Amino acid sequence: MKLKTALLGAAAAFGLAPVAAQAERGADGEVKVLYYQAVSIVNPYLSSGTKDVEAASLVIEPLAGFDQDGVLFPRLATEIPTVDNGGVSADLTSITWKLKEGLLWSDGTPVTSEDVKFSWEYCTHPEGGCAQAARYEGVVAVETPDPLTVVVRFDAPKPNPYQAFVGSTSPILQKAQFAACVGAAASTCTAQNNAPIGTGPFRVVDFKVNDVVQMEANPNYRDPAKPRFATLTLKGGGDAAAAARAVMETGEFDYAWNTQINPELQAQMKAGGKGEFVTGFGTLVERIEMNMTDPSPGLPEGERSTVKHPHPILSDERVRRALSMAIDRNVLNEIGYGQAGRPTCNLVPSPAAFASDNTGCLTQDMAGAKALMAEAGWTDTNGDGILDKDGKKLSILYQTSVNAVRQDFQALVKGWWNELGVEVELKAIDASVFFGGDPGSPDTFQKFYADVEMYANNFDGTDPEPYLSQYLCDKIPGPDNQWQGENINRFCDPAYDAMVAELARTQDFQARTELAKKLNDMLTKDSMVVVPLIDRGRLSARSNTLGGVVLNTWDSELWNAADWYRVK
Amino acid sequence: MLTFVLRRLLLSIPTLLFISLVIFLLVDFAPGSPASEIPLTVPPEVRAKILESMGVNAPLHERYLLWLKQFFWVEPLHAFDATFGTSYSEGMQRIISYQSRAPVFDIIAQRIPQTLTVVGSAYLIGVAIALPIGIYSAYRQYSWFDQLGTFVAMVGFSVPTFFTGVLLILIFAVGLGWFPSIYDTTLKVTDWDSFVQQARQMTMPVMVLALYNAAQISRYMRSSMLDNLGQDYVRTARAKGMNERVVLLKHVLRNSLIPVVTVIALGIPTIFGGAIITEQVFKVNGLGAALIGAIHANDLPMVQTLTFIFAVLIVMFNLVADILYGILDPRIRYD
Amino acid sequence: MTDAPDTLERPRSQWRDVWLQFRSHKGAMAGLAVFVTLILFVTLGPLIWRIDPTYIDPDPVRMIRGRNQPPSWAHPLGTDQLGRDMLARMMAGGQVSIAVGLVAMSISVLLGTLVGVLAGYFRKLDNPLMRLTDLFLALPLLPLLLVMVMLFRDALARALGPETGTFLMIVTAIGVTSWMQAARIVRGEVLALKEREFVLAARSIGTPSRRIILRHILPNVMSPIMVAATLGIASAIITESALSFLGLGFPPDFPTWGRLLFDGVDYLQQYPERVIWPGLAISLTVLSVNYIGDGLRDALDPRIRGR
Repeated sequence: MKLKTALLGAAAAFGLAPVAAQAERGADGEVKVLYYQAVSIVNPYLSSGTKDVEAASLVIEPLAGFDQDGVLFPRLATEIPTVDNGGVSADLTSITWKLKEGLLWSDGTPVTSEDVKFSWEYCTHPEGGCAQAARYEGVVAVETPDPLTVVVRFDAPKPNPYQAFVGSTSPILQKAQFAACVGAAASTCTAQNNAPIGTGPFRVVDFKVNDVVQMEANPNYRDPAKPRFATLTLKGGGDAAAAARAVMETGEFDYAWNTQINPELQAQMKAGGKGEFVTGFGTLVERIEMNMTDPSPGLPEGERSTVKHPHPILSDERVRRALSMAIDRNVLNEIGYGQAGRPTCNLVPSPAAFASDNTGCLTQDMAGAKALMAEAGWTDTNGDGILDKDGKKLSILYQTSVNAVRQDFQALVKGWWNELGVEVELKAIDASVFFGGDPGSPDTFQKFYADVEMYANNFDGTDPEPYLSQYLCDKIPGPDNQWQGENINRFCDPAYDAMVAELARTQDFQARTELAKKLNDMLTKDSMVVVPLIDRGRLSARSNTLGGVVLNTWDSELWNAADWYRVK
Repeated sequence: MLTFVLRRLLLSIPTLLFISLVIFLLVDFAPGSPASEIPLTVPPEVRAKILESMGVNAPLHERYLLWLKQFFWVEPLHAFDATFGTSYSEGMQRIISYQSRAPVFDIIAQRIPQTLTVVGSAYLIGVAIALPIGIYSAYRQYSWFDQLGTFVAMVGFSVPTFFTGVLLILIFAVGLGWFPSIYDTTLKVTDWDSFVQQARQMTMPVMVLALYNAAQISRYMRSSMLDNLGQDYVRTARAKGMNERVVLLKHVLRNSLIPVVTVIALGIPTIFGGAIITEQVFKVNGLGAALIGAIHANDLPMVQTLTFIFAVLIVMFNLVADILYGILDPRIRYD
Repeated sequence: MTDAPDTLERPRSQWRDVWLQFRSHKGAMAGLAVFVTLILFVTLGPLIWRIDPTYIDPDPVRMIRGRNQPPSWAHPLGTDQLGRDMLARMMAGGQVSIAVGLVAMSISVLLGTLVGVLAGYFRKLDNPLMRLTDLFLALPLLPLLLVMVMLFRDALARALGPETGTFLMIVTAIGVTSWMQAARIVRGEVLALKEREFVLAARSIGTPSRRIILRHILPNVMSPIMVAATLGIASAIITESALSFLGLGFPPDFPTWGRLLFDGVDYLQQYPERVIWPGLAISLTVLSVNYIGDGLRDALDPRIRGR
């Protein structure tokens, strides 16, 4: 127990203590993990896919990580630097990390501050195409006064300095291994990218691309009693239901990642009796975005869904509100997600400090919605069941990506909107096209050639500032920026822009949360431009014989694999 | 015949080049981009840089010529190096997958074993059971055997593999626990135990695929046999008092094989192409899974290389079929 | 047509003979009966069973209660996971599936036969047409379909209305991507047939190529074409369901048999009937067409006729 306390510091609050105490490394044999999306590469700097980041998190580690509550804890660092302990400068322009003493790479060489500096250089090289470059935004220099000290300097005060080298998306690479892989050479270093030398509990033995990664315990891991498993197999492929089945019903695997299946199937699988589902909630919100611009196919190409033409129907806030009021989010959740989701009215549902107390949308109000439509001037004058105004029918095209749950949601929402008197046409688009962002395709979610569309989005880490600043006026996608903006619904409000700028300047945490809540409310309950539906949690399956699993939605799901053990 | 084969082989070079160009244009033109694999949390500037580093933004003709060079020059050189320990290809850029940044040919090499064992043996078994069933069904037309064969073949062909696969998993893996539901590609057959394990994990995918293949081939075999059984030469042969077995297996069968040979020759390249759905259901992760994954991720180098190899096999086996026609029926001439 | 015997002796036409022979084929008659029943089920059915296949009860409480119902008088085939009536969905789905199956199969078989006959019969056309076949065999299906959607969907929908446009789009897409096997098979047969004595005889008396093909070649390649056609229906119905996953097919809430089958696989353990109904319907369609094809082939073969 004392070893563990010393090493894990602040994060030692897990309930696995008694068994872990008498353990030794590798005593529990093999653990088998199933990811229905197979791992492509074990270097998160070259792929931002969750599966790749999480596989890599078993091998390479950052200075600090997030625990299951989103609280920072040190991994390679001795402690979390703060303004109070002097680690962060008072003007918030630099942060000083101290590495633990005696850290070794899995090849036995010592970890030094040079490796940390190199990781920054590696990811910020202009030709490297680093997928995590956003983590290093604003970093102007990384200094190494001594082998165990790293000073990160920012170009301006950083209210949130815990971006670089924090979390599984920003790990430390070994300089000796990757020195020849900087810049354009990054993608040619296959051997390195597939088996990086790391400090994590495991190291790669064999890697079959997009199929299976075989790992073994890192002989130089800093805790001599860990990991408990001698080998780890990370298999990929299939779909979520099959992955859940392999853990819950056949017991072939110990852990299955992201087994997002409908509640009925969850119940069926639980009856298998070989495992249980673990859930955790992060920031992923399934939402309907309202198009503020006119997507009409009658407009010339290049003007469809651009700010030139405001939406003829949805520009009216009352219509948007009525559409939201007609939706029963509880039913949606019950059918689509069950214990893996909860209805929400917020764009930022968590961390708790940032979540607005906005619950007004949770109860369906069909009568209210109908009244609001009438107030907005939409009435059924010709008795065909569809509302109209000035001879124009209230008809909506509702698109999303192909996905069983989303198609059920579409059908349900269509039912309610029909009841409201709105004609709805549904469209489902192949996910690789919908999210592909190809400016040549009319079916991308950025082009938004529909009136409303549904998808899910979240933000990295625990600070919603970059996420909320997606809705700035200048981030509207359009032909001039190859449709690459993030402000999907073309919301534009100078007051909102001003408040985002204020958030960027604000350093006090309390004030930041207040501002973030206000911004969240401006997008949701005040304007109904974004209609949040479900706060989607993570649902994974764990075998009854696998102990120590703590689901973490703020960092890699395999964040504490070093603590996993076999229940006997 | 020899000149015919040589001429066809020569002609296949421009054909294949043209096919490769069409494939390239098609894949490039298709909507969707490798960016669909990047999570929405990654900001657009970073996204653009990632795509840039993959080389997605280079002009079309540049990328095509680069691929041609890599496929026909760098990769063979590399293979030569790997075999003889030389280093002619050092410093040359191999074909790299967008998705995994690994050389495409390494991925293909990793995946060929499981695809050939599973899909290949399913095809062999499918053909091996389809031919006798087709022959006997035709010989005893409308017997209970024929009726049953028709029924099984038609149902086997109408219910898709995504259904039969899941059904088998539910029965044999979940219910009875006889076979694993997930194919272990790391298993190496070294002794009897590992062989049994390999056989167990192959059983279900092979069953699904063999049923599908056998259904199709047995129908062609049966119909072609039926056509020939009514011909005058059969009557003549029988009238001459020839053994029924000889009539059936020597004369009728030989003359009935042309459509069957066509179908089988068309099927062999698809072994290499893998069985997309079956591989996915049983997590075989062979070439079929690689291809569909690459298509979804718009991994152009991977899709291009796989489909081109596929095209080569198609052209080759269709040539083989043409040669076989000539052997089966010497009256067929091409010159 | 069924009660002709008591009319006086008229010269017997060939087609009458064919029909008489066809009628004596028990399997074919059974197949025809099943097929007609299926057609009636999907065309007349919705006129009698007037529940909207996409209707979901807007009242959440009733909707939740009405989900996943077992068969009952109100819902003879039960309801699905959103409380939609399965019988209505089967009928609506069948219209599309049967229509797509038949039309797409016809396109693919016609195209395949045309290419196959031309390539097999005319030596000059053999090489270009067969290399074209190689090209189509080699093209990856998914990107090809996605490109087709991107280019033609909106244009077709505007020109012909969304429903006809989508239908045309689907059958063309399936037809254009599935004719190659038929073409290769027909060509192989034609290569052998054209060297046979009866074709040589016909040619030696100066019969034009068109007549030789129609009179002598085509009837003799009917069997493999029939097989290709029956198998083609099954693949077309399944392919249609795959297409709707690319955004190429009908709107996502529109049921077709292939789609119902695909959606049902998720619920295979709890509600196996969800898969059984569409699976049975597809199998029955294919089986019945197969037996009709068998009967037709026998009936068209003068050697068998009257046996």
